[in-house]
Amino acid sequence: MQLCDLTIHQLKTRLEKKEITSEEILDSCLGRIKEVEPDVRAFITLLEDNARNSARLVDKQGNYRGLSGIPYGLKDIFCTRGVLTTCASRILENFVPNYDATVAGRLIEAGGIMVGKLNMDEFAMGSSTEQSAFFPTHNPWDHSRVPGGSSGGSAAAVAAGEIPFSLGTDTGGSIRQPASYCGVVGLKPTYGRVSRWGVIAYASSLDQVGVFTRDVADCALVLQTIAGHDPLDSTSIDIAVPDYAESLQNDIKGLKIAYPREYFQQGVNDEVKSAVVQALKTYDSLGAVIDEVSLPHSEYALPAYYLVATAEASANLARYDGVRYGLRDFSAENVVDMFSQSRALGFGSDVKRRIMLGTYALSSGYYDAYYLKALKVRRLLKNDFDRVFEDFDVIAAPTAPTVAFKLGEQTGDPLTLYMNDILTVPINMAGLPGMSIPCGFAGGMPVGMQLIGKPFDEGTIIKAAYAFEQATSFHLARPGLGVK
Amino acid sequence: MEKYDYEIVIGLEVHVELKTKTKIFCACSNSFGAEPNTNVCPVCSGFPGMLPVLNQQVVDYAIRAGLALNCEISPYSKFDRKNYFYPDLPKAYQISQFDLPICLNGYLDIYVEGRTKRIGIVRAHMEEDAGKLVHQGSITQTAFSLVDLNRSGVPLLEIVSQPDMRSAAEAREYLEKLRSTMLFAGVSDCKMQEGSLRCDANVSVRPWGEAKLGTRTEIKNLNSFRALEKAIEYEARRQMDALDDGELIVQETRTWDEEKQVTRSMRSKEEAHDYRYFPEPDLPPLMISPEWVESIAREMPELPHQAQQRLMDEYGLPPYDVAILTSTPEYLAYFDQCVVDFSQPKAVANWMMGELNKYLNQSNMEISACLVQPGHLAALLKMVDEGTISGKMAKDIFAEMFASGNEPQGIVKEKGLAQISDQDTLIAMIEEVLKANPKVVEDYLGGKQKAAGFLVGQVMKATKGQANPTLVNQLIDKCLSAQ
Repeated sequence: MQLCDLTIHQLKTRLEKKEITSEEILDSCLGRIKEVEPDVRAFITLLEDNARNSARLVDKQGNYRGLSGIPYGLKDIFCTRGVLTTCASRILENFVPNYDATVAGRLIEAGGIMVGKLNMDEFAMGSSTEQSAFFPTHNPWDHSRVPGGSSGGSAAAVAAGEIPFSLGTDTGGSIRQPASYCGVVGLKPTYGRVSRWGVIAYASSLDQVGVFTRDVADCALVLQTIAGHDPLDSTSIDIAVPDYAESLQNDIKGLKIAYPREYFQQGVNDEVKSAVVQALKTYDSLGAVIDEVSLPHSEYALPAYYLVATAEASANLARYDGVRYGLRDFSAENVVDMFSQSRALGFGSDVKRRIMLGTYALSSGYYDAYYLKALKVRRLLKNDFDRVFEDFDVIAAPTAPTVAFKLGEQTGDPLTLYMNDILTVPINMAGLPGMSIPCGFAGGMPVGMQLIGKPFDEGTIIKAAYAFEQATSFHLARPGLGVK
Repeated sequence: MEKYDYEIVIGLEVHVELKTKTKIFCACSNSFGAEPNTNVCPVCSGFPGMLPVLNQQVVDYAIRAGLALNCEISPYSKFDRKNYFYPDLPKAYQISQFDLPICLNGYLDIYVEGRTKRIGIVRAHMEEDAGKLVHQGSITQTAFSLVDLNRSGVPLLEIVSQPDMRSAAEAREYLEKLRSTMLFAGVSDCKMQEGSLRCDANVSVRPWGEAKLGTRTEIKNLNSFRALEKAIEYEARRQMDALDDGELIVQETRTWDEEKQVTRSMRSKEEAHDYRYFPEPDLPPLMISPEWVESIAREMPELPHQAQQRLMDEYGLPPYDVAILTSTPEYLAYFDQCVVDFSQPKAVANWMMGELNKYLNQSNMEISACLVQPGHLAALLKMVDEGTISGKMAKDIFAEMFASGNEPQGIVKEKGLAQISDQDTLIAMIEEVLKANPKVVEDYLGGKQKAAGFLVGQVMKATKGQANPTLVNQLIDKCLSAQ
């Protein structure tokens, strides 16, 4: 096994013992990147020189604390000072921020080595990374398949051994679904747990920053680094961050796990279903208490989500007007034409579709029927979860209805594509933490199980995920990659 | 004023810039007049990924303004996004407050035509200002425009009145009162020229006795108190003429053309923006505790109506004087300081409203820039009171004080302007004059009272006007009766 295939905690141990250097880890990762990128295409921007300089500096200092010397990548939605930040959109094709997102800064402070910026669906709108304005990313397990989305580059890069961890964002499933498709661990923390400052907004009340890793222990470590109140983000909550390492324990006897019946219907693939049912049996054997529950308003989550998310997006994306930065159509004769032509050229078709949807939903005379009603549905969804969490510690369900689909299979059919998020969207609507962990295979492709927790109780889902991981070996499986 | 067949109904929407140290949602300086795009950051320039953080001082000022306007302060209010595209609006939405504003149901009492009238205030809400465009020439002719975002994110309070005003004069008086109230509360500079006080007027007319309001128009671009009055008068007249001609009033936004002194149509109701308001997801709702409101109330400075009451109660000054003296806190402070040093309030008021205002107006100056210290004005008035100088001399000396800032005693000394009030000196002079004018003395003694006036004039002439005229009169009487 090469260094680039190891987990963060494995690398940390060897760094601390001075068996390896950060530069050696980086070399291994860069080597893997060179090998697989032509097929996977996870990176929009690769920062080889910067990364090497940072790694050498860390080695020179020789103090391996936190994430010192560990390479990582960021979804191209995180603003990075002096580094191209495109959001996979033509409209920001040449945008270089002069500021770092709070989480990007925290990773730099922790000594991490930023290797590059990762591909995604344009403005995080999509479930396959095919809606990147530049190129699609391919699933490392099967290059003819999508990695999921919108954080497809982040998931694929970690799965392919290009980097040990990455950050993504999750608005309706954009971390958990690609984690599931690529066979890695993906965590979307509670809304308000991690700062959104410097993260390009899609739907502000739903967006949350999260983590891709190869196992649960790594996930806890990275979450520890990025979680916590940020005075620059008024929606980040000022409550203590627990020590997540304490949640890495095998004993889950008596842990109460609910599985919602609605999440095993709704066109969920049989093989996916049986992998998750098998996982529930594993939990049973570990001494957890398993029971079926109902989340009766689940069926309304998706339509309500597409009203809330698109409404917010219609405002969030209005700033891309060609005035101050980003693409401008200089052929425009007047300012109104400049706005509309720049936006027409700069945005992809699904982004335009969602802006139109959101604009319509907020329009005079429609607000009460659409946006306001969606907010009410949101409250009902939250109530559903609150009721279950009165009696249970964790909710378990499939992360996505299927395994990764083929590239091109769902393009041109937005409704089918939107259905990919049906099992993840309710969790965003309720603001809860959710994690996808590998729990089996279907037709040779990874299947993910979603663990959902109480607000700000990431610790308990980490504990449940860790116990499952210790009892199984799905997280050890690596894609073939066709490399030596 | 012309007598109409119609009643004019006016409501005002006033924007006041809050003079906080920093902008409403970022740490940029909130100061006027900086080089373009120097008070800017990624937040107020609408860069990707930037988030607003509410400035607590803005809330403090909004509460203080609300209390000064007799409003209820909402324990729960929230922010909303108002969406529209314009090059000076960096996010393409303005963060404002839509259905749950911070201040509700207030009023201001105004004094018009000898009586007090109460003008209702519907609401006051916080919002961010936009930047501004600098056109090359006029907006229609310009080849390109420059964007200055210094003003983007400057905190505003929008104060919406009830349609309670019935004349342009009332509207002006309300705006004056609103301005002085904000000035005294210490929340804004309220300078119309710099845009820290802006006003739109909603105007409609209806036949006398009609309960239903007429169709209104909104007038923008009112850049002075005078423009407000003129525009309302013009617009009301226009609407009345239209109704007289059997036309209907169209609900629309109109702009005041300062040059032509007319209102012109900008956009109709159909062309009006749909702002698609929705709750701002980047800011949590704003909870304001009673303790917060109480702590602001405790620190409330004296407000104009309180100061007016004080001046009437303590000094017995008439309402007219009191209204002028309380026009700005600086003006009132000047008066109060003068009175400390010279305890004749009416004399101080007269001088301030007379000479001082004359010179301030002539040089288009605020009292804060005036070189004459309150103590110096008091000293000047004291010298008049004690007879050291005459009222006429005081005016000349004041002109010098206004120009140089020097204290009056020095000017009097330097120019040898002090009155001659020494009795022995005056008696010696009078006796010389009497000796030189035996004929006039004879006339006087023969019963011609008027002859004394000539003698006084001769004494004044001999002393180059510096003799104390009252004293000279008395002494001449004395000398003559002794003869």
